[in-house]
Amino acid sequence: MTEVKTAPEPMAATGGETDQPIVETRGLEVRFALPTHFLSREKPVLHALNTVDVAIKPGETFCVVGESGCGKTTLGRAIIGLQEPSAGEIYFNGQRIDQMDERTRKPIRRDMQMVFQNPYASLNPRRNVFDTLAEPVRHLMPEKSTSEVRAQVEDVLSATGCDPSWQRRLPHEFSGGQRQRIAIARALVTNPAFIVADEPISALDVSIQAQILNLLTDLQAERGLTYLFITHDLSVVEHFGTRVAVMYLGQVMELADTTTLFATPKHPYTRLLLDAIPQLEGGSFDKPRTPGELPDPVNLPKGCPFAARCPLATDLCRQERPRLRQLETTATQVACHHTE
Amino acid sequence: MAMLEIDDLRVAFPRGKTDEIEALRGVSLRLEKGERLGVVGESGAGKSMLAFAILNLIAEPGRVSHGEVRFEGENLLDLSDRQIRSIRGNRISMIFQDPMVTLNPVLTIGQQMIETLKAHRRISRREAHRLSVEKLKMVAIPSAESRMDAYPHELSGGLRQRVVIAIALLTDPELIIADEPTTALDVTIQAEIMALILKLCRENDVALILITHDLGVVAEVTQKLMIMYAGKCVEAGDTQTIIGNPKHPYTSGLLQALPQKAERGTKLYQIPGSMPPITALPNGCPYHPRCPRATEECRAFMPDMKQGVACYHPLLSAEETV
Repeated sequence: MTEVKTAPEPMAATGGETDQPIVETRGLEVRFALPTHFLSREKPVLHALNTVDVAIKPGETFCVVGESGCGKTTLGRAIIGLQEPSAGEIYFNGQRIDQMDERTRKPIRRDMQMVFQNPYASLNPRRNVFDTLAEPVRHLMPEKSTSEVRAQVEDVLSATGCDPSWQRRLPHEFSGGQRQRIAIARALVTNPAFIVADEPISALDVSIQAQILNLLTDLQAERGLTYLFITHDLSVVEHFGTRVAVMYLGQVMELADTTTLFATPKHPYTRLLLDAIPQLEGGSFDKPRTPGELPDPVNLPKGCPFAARCPLATDLCRQERPRLRQLETTATQVACHHTE
Repeated sequence: MAMLEIDDLRVAFPRGKTDEIEALRGVSLRLEKGERLGVVGESGAGKSMLAFAILNLIAEPGRVSHGEVRFEGENLLDLSDRQIRSIRGNRISMIFQDPMVTLNPVLTIGQQMIETLKAHRRISRREAHRLSVEKLKMVAIPSAESRMDAYPHELSGGLRQRVVIAIALLTDPELIIADEPTTALDVTIQAEIMALILKLCRENDVALILITHDLGVVAEVTQKLMIMYAGKCVEAGDTQTIIGNPKHPYTSGLLQALPQKAERGTKLYQIPGSMPPITALPNGCPYHPRCPRATEECRAFMPDMKQGVACYHPLLSAEETV
C-alpha cells in the first residue's frame, strides 16, 4: 500500500493518463467503534472502508456498485465530508481536504454536493422549495445579493425541469419524482463541479427512474459535471457509467471501464453480481444457486473478505488479503490472488 | 374450472361520511393449478390490495365492495372468519416483503413453525418439529436443526426470508401469494431467493402469485403476467409474449424505460408525468394524460379488456413502439 501512497502519479485505469483527478482517495479507511459489551474487554470495530484508492476523472460518471454494507455510501459520505475518515487522504483538484478546518473547507463545499436516496427524507417538510434551494447559496456564497440568490434559484429550477411556481410550495405537495428533481436542484444551486449521487433513483417508481436518469445525463452534458454514482443496480451502471468500482465489505474488488467490466468481468464477485441480474428473456434463474452470506463486518476474516463465497478460494485467500492490482492484459484493476 | 377465479373484484375505502373511493377497480383473473402469475405495477397501482382482497384481509375501514374470489369453486369472500382460517395460511400461504416484520422477534424460529403447524394440523409436537426441520432443509438453510432455536435477529436478511418461505411451505399449500418477496434484499440474495421459490413451486406443483415492480424478476419466474395501473388491470397474458410484444402503451413504455433495453449512452425512453393518485383519477382511461396515443375516445370512456389489453389503440406488432 505504501507504494501507492508515495507514487506521484495516482493510479488511473488506463496507462499514460496525465489528467489530474478531480477527486482522489488514498488508503482511505473508515472504522466505526461499536459499543463494548460490559463483561468483555474486546473493543469491536466495524471496518466500513478498508484502504480504498480511487481516482475520479473530471467529467466522468464513476459508479460504485455493491450490496448493502459494502461501504459504498460511506465512501460517498467520506468524500463529501459528512464522515470523517479514520485514516488515509482525500484530495479535491489536487488539494488535500480531509484535514481541513471548516473555514478553509467551506469554499470547497460549493463545488461538491450530494443527492440522497430518499427524497421523502432528504427535504425538510416545513421548508418551501425556495428556502430549501436558497439556503446553500446564502450559506456557501455569502457574497451573493438577495436578487442574485433569487436568480440562481430560478435558473436551477428551470434547468432541472421544475416549474417556477413550485417555489412557494412545500415538499408534501410533490410526488417522489418531483421531490427528487428538487433535491437535484438543491445540489446544483451552488454550481458544483462534482456530485455524489447516492442511489438517487432506487426509491422511485419504475416509470419515474428513466426521467431522473435522463435529467442527470442532460445536466452532465450541459454543465460538465462529474458524478460519483452509488448504486446496487448493475443495469443502470451499464447504461450510465464511464467507469465502475465493485465494492465488497469495505474494499474495492474490481475497477474498470464499464464496457470492459461487463464484457470481461475478472473478479469472481463481479461475476456473481452480473449473474444475479434478472433477464427479460428469462431462464437464468433455472440453475440452482448456493446460498451466500456476507461475513460479519465486525470480525472480518484476515484473508480475502469474499473467500467464504468464492469458488476459486484457496488457503492463500484465507490467509492474506489481496490488494487491488493492475492486470497486465486489460485495463482492469482487481483485488484477487487468482485472476489474470 | 380454474383453481383460482377472480371476477370483477373491487375494494373501496370511505371518503367523508357518505362517499366511497375505489382502490381496486374491477380486477378479474384465472389461475390454474401450479401456474405462476406475475402482477406488476407502480406503487399505488393496487397490486398489494389485490393480494389482501384475495384472502379477505382488507383492513377496516376498507372493504371488498364487489366481486368474487373463487378458490376451488368456493367464494372466499362468503366464508366466516373461522372457515377462512382453514384456507388462509394453510391452503393459501403468503410471503411478505420484509421478513423482519413478518417474523415474531420474541419467538424462536422453531416455536413459530411449530405453532403454525399445530394451528392447522392435529399433530404431535415431535412430528411438527420434524416437519419444520425438513422444510428448513428444503429451503437450503445450513445446520437447520440448530436454527430451530435461533431468534429472527440472529439470522441475516436472506436467511430470514428463507425461514419465511419455509413457514409458507409448512402446510403444503396449493397457492403462494408473494408480495415483493425480494425487494428488501440484495441483488445476489434476490437471485438466490427467487431461484429457490421457482424451484419449489415447480417441484411441488404450487401455484404462485408474484407481486413485484421488477419486470426482470417476473420474466424469470412467471408464465402469466398482469400489468396494473391505477387500480385496474391494463394488460394480461403470457409473460414472454407481453414482454416481447406489449400491446398496451403503458407496458411498452415501462419496458422501453428499462436501462437494459436502451443503447449505452443514449437517452432512455421516459413516460411523461406520473401515475395519478386514486383520489384524483381522470375521466376515461386513467393512463390517457401520459399516453402518446390517446384520443377523444380515451379521454371520455374507459376501454374494456379485449384480447388481453384494455386500450382503444393497442400496439399491434412487436416492431411498433410508443
